[in-house]
Amino acid sequence: MYSQGLNGPAEKNTDDSPEQLAAFQKRIDAEEKIEPRDWMPSGYRKTLIRQISQHAHSEVVGQLPEGNWVTRAPTLKRKLILLAKIQDEAGHGLYLYSAAETLGVSREQMIDDLLSGKAKYSSIFNYPTLTWADMGAIGWLVDGAAIMNQVPLCRCSYGPYSRAMIRVCKEESFHQRQGYEVMLKMANGSPEQRRMAQDALNRFWWPALMMFGPSDKDSIHSAQSMKWKIKRFSNDDLRQKFIDATVPQAHYLGLEIPDPELKFNEETGHWDHGEINWDEFYQVIAGNGPCNRERLAARRRAHEAGAWVREAVLASQQKHKQPREVA
Amino acid sequence: MADMPLWEVFIRNQNGLHHKHVGSLHAADEKMALQNARDVYTRRKEGVSIWVVESRHVHASDPQDKAVWFEPADDKIYRHPTFYDLPDEVKNI
Ligand SMILES: [Fe+2]
Repeated sequence: MYSQGLNGPAEKNTDDSPEQLAAFQKRIDAEEKIEPRDWMPSGYRKTLIRQISQHAHSEVVGQLPEGNWVTRAPTLKRKLILLAKIQDEAGHGLYLYSAAETLGVSREQMIDDLLSGKAKYSSIFNYPTLTWADMGAIGWLVDGAAIMNQVPLCRCSYGPYSRAMIRVCKEESFHQRQGYEVMLKMANGSPEQRRMAQDALNRFWWPALMMFGPSDKDSIHSAQSMKWKIKRFSNDDLRQKFIDATVPQAHYLGLEIPDPELKFNEETGHWDHGEINWDEFYQVIAGNGPCNRERLAARRRAHEAGAWVREAVLASQQKHKQPREVA
Repeated sequence: MADMPLWEVFIRNQNGLHHKHVGSLHAADEKMALQNARDVYTRRKEGVSIWVVESRHVHASDPQDKAVWFEPADDKIYRHPTFYDLPDEVKNI
């Protein structure tokens, strides 16, 4: 579903020689893809491991806010759609974990880092889903923001990440469209449904904008990621693209974007927007969002409750293997 | 608990095409690997056939040796049909 400017600073190089680094940069500049067994700077490897694993964690944790509404979906059709979307998110997590593993980190290590709270995931999933309209707002805005972010990642210099992103992007469009359709139904429904749709937009608009990460003026670290072509656009550029695409969609719904300063700039052709509450963003990243503890507790519970299943399949595999080897 | 073994997944999109590598996954055995591959990589009818191979059985050439392995093909342009100069009057060749 998502990746964000949680990416953080690119890791510093340690003992890679200037010649190796120059040769590597030449390959990057020539738009060559880097594959798992190719030589790469240790900083490139570390930056990718962190970014891809955080992206994977975000997909997995992202299932929780939507899982909250599976049993309360208004119709069987909506329930099937929601289940299919959530299943896709699990799949996206898996594509990404696999891509990260090609860099030499184990799945077990990544899961441990998520469960211990060491690894981050997207801030957006630490907000609660209070009404059914939130399923609409998430698909439309959160998956919409994710698409803006992920499309350029399809051209990332690291082959396995780029290929995983191509798969993800192919599947993501359905997520956004089903969300917008939910919003359409609600916005054109009863006054109460309309009020719920507006309320969902009010709550998810700003957190969705925060998904693109800190403002460019405060994110001094993305230069290296740009140079390595892990990242292709700055946080603010992507955020602006998202706003420009989304504002007319909100107007079509007859809903109001909760930003009094939002207005179309005739000169630039873009929508100018109000200041984002960065304090809130850093609070959520630091673990103090409305649902951080609940999300991690749910992941830990699921991991522990599934332990016996993992043990059982391995035991069963051992049991079936033995007679064959004897024979 | 240790990770389950890693498997590489290959999918044939439709009959007549090669199986193509699509990614990997962890599974205890081949049966579980096939089922997981079905659920993860063919949710939208992407395949008519799946192969899974335990990753440890895949042997690969070393990218460091790329030159040694693949350079011999560079100077053999006579292996390509365009190397041969034939008169325009000659047809169907
Ligand atoms: Fe999604």
